[in-house]
Amino acid sequence: MTAGAAQATNAAPALSIRNLDKEYTRGRPVLSAVSLDIGTTGITAIIGPSGTGKSTLIRCINRLVEPTSGEIFFQGEDLVKLDRRALRLARRQIGMVFQEYNLVERLTVMENLLCGRLGYVAAWKAWLRKYPQADIDRAFSLLDTVGLAGFANQRADSLSGGQRQRVGIARAIMQEPKLLLADEPTSSLDPKTSVEIMELIGEMCRRNGIPVMINMHDVELARRFADRIIGLSGGRIVYDGGPAGLGDAMLKTIYGGEGWLQ
Amino acid sequence: MNARAFRRDPLSGAAWLALAAYVVYACSRLDFTWARFMTGLDNGARFIARMLPPHIAQPDTLLKGLTESLEIAVLASCLGIVISLPIGLFAARNLMPAWVSWPARAVIALCRSFHPVIVAILFVKAVGFGALAGILALVVASIGFTAKLFAEAIEEISLKQVEAVRATGAPFMSLIGYGVLPQVFSRFVGFATYQLDSNLRNSTMVGIVGAGGIGGTLFAAFQRFDYDFVCAILLCIIGMIMAGEVLATSVRGVFLERGKVEEK
Repeated sequence: MTAGAAQATNAAPALSIRNLDKEYTRGRPVLSAVSLDIGTTGITAIIGPSGTGKSTLIRCINRLVEPTSGEIFFQGEDLVKLDRRALRLARRQIGMVFQEYNLVERLTVMENLLCGRLGYVAAWKAWLRKYPQADIDRAFSLLDTVGLAGFANQRADSLSGGQRQRVGIARAIMQEPKLLLADEPTSSLDPKTSVEIMELIGEMCRRNGIPVMINMHDVELARRFADRIIGLSGGRIVYDGGPAGLGDAMLKTIYGGEGWLQ
Repeated sequence: MNARAFRRDPLSGAAWLALAAYVVYACSRLDFTWARFMTGLDNGARFIARMLPPHIAQPDTLLKGLTESLEIAVLASCLGIVISLPIGLFAARNLMPAWVSWPARAVIALCRSFHPVIVAILFVKAVGFGALAGILALVVASIGFTAKLFAEAIEEISLKQVEAVRATGAPFMSLIGYGVLPQVFSRFVGFATYQLDSNLRNSTMVGIVGAGGIGGTLFAAFQRFDYDFVCAILLCIIGMIMAGEVLATSVRGVFLERGKVEEK
């Protein structure tokens, strides 16, 4: 567990989770006493079997799911205690990428990108599509970066899965976040596109200095791209360390069984 | 014994039998007989004979009635749809907490519970004879219909798209404008034009109870036995409704063309 721990302690962490519990139904915890620090850089992958609370953990951070108890420190505030308005302001600093992209299908690529600025633009201006020119320029240059130059006026529902996820990533980066959450960003994509998307996420976050938390299904992909891996099983952290330390014995602990490891 | 692939339901058989029995009973109570229908046909033939040829006895009254009906329909539709938008949004149970959605749903249910004629009678009593009563009656009808459909459309949207917009820290109105509205806009346009169409029909009718429009002229002609004038009015109404349908279709076209082209 050395790599992760060392990385987390060398500076004030970007995110600090303390004793996070979540139960959807009383007495059946999905997450129990999860504590972890996320450093200011690097990719942290969260792996674990289906239904073990990976998605819940990610969603508790920006409170798309309300935690049952615990503390989540981000930018000097406990996110769990924020009221609606403060939560909205905190969410502006946390980008999120989704498994099914969650683009607004009937809006154009450009409108989807500018969704990332909604937290900063007054509602009436957003309705009238009056965004600051700086945001628009940034959106165009980001489109270029993610390889979708010229797609600005296409509707999101005309794109392929890989293209949609690129838009999803660009939308999150538009927020200029201090933390990026990604919930199974490659699970709906083919293996080749998955690798491209992971490379893009890594590249974007290195360049902008954004720490990333990614839920992943694919252990190999996690090993390849993550700087740190957190193994979740039964709602508890059972592994926290570098990809190198994640041996077969540990995978057995995380996922159970061993036949699949052949 | 042979195996049965389909279960027989004795209850549904009994229900059909009961329905048939009730139909026969109701017919006998209401003197709904063939003989009466035949004598009625006789009457009808004489009535139709007197309608022809149509004759515009009072062109001024006719024109005034028609334009008033049109005005009632357009005003009631605009007002009704504008009011329906927030009510429909509030009534959507997937976006609003129960303490917001239930009152909104109650308002919709109230607006739906009476036929526009009954509402028109109430408004005639409340605000007096004339177009105002007709407009108010049709506004109520529009809310009952459109707001309910708006709410249902919103309840069917994909919450994933809303979740993504919410995660960016968007304020509530932006969330509606970007996460919700794009998903339902084309359906809203459809409902709104349908409501305009339906209000146009209803606006020719509220006049019968004194709430303005061509209906009043029609009713007066009926009572004077000016059947040729009645026929002329009916033909004008048919013309207006058809023109309205063409208009509604073109309005839909203007709003939805963009989406259709890009969906290809």
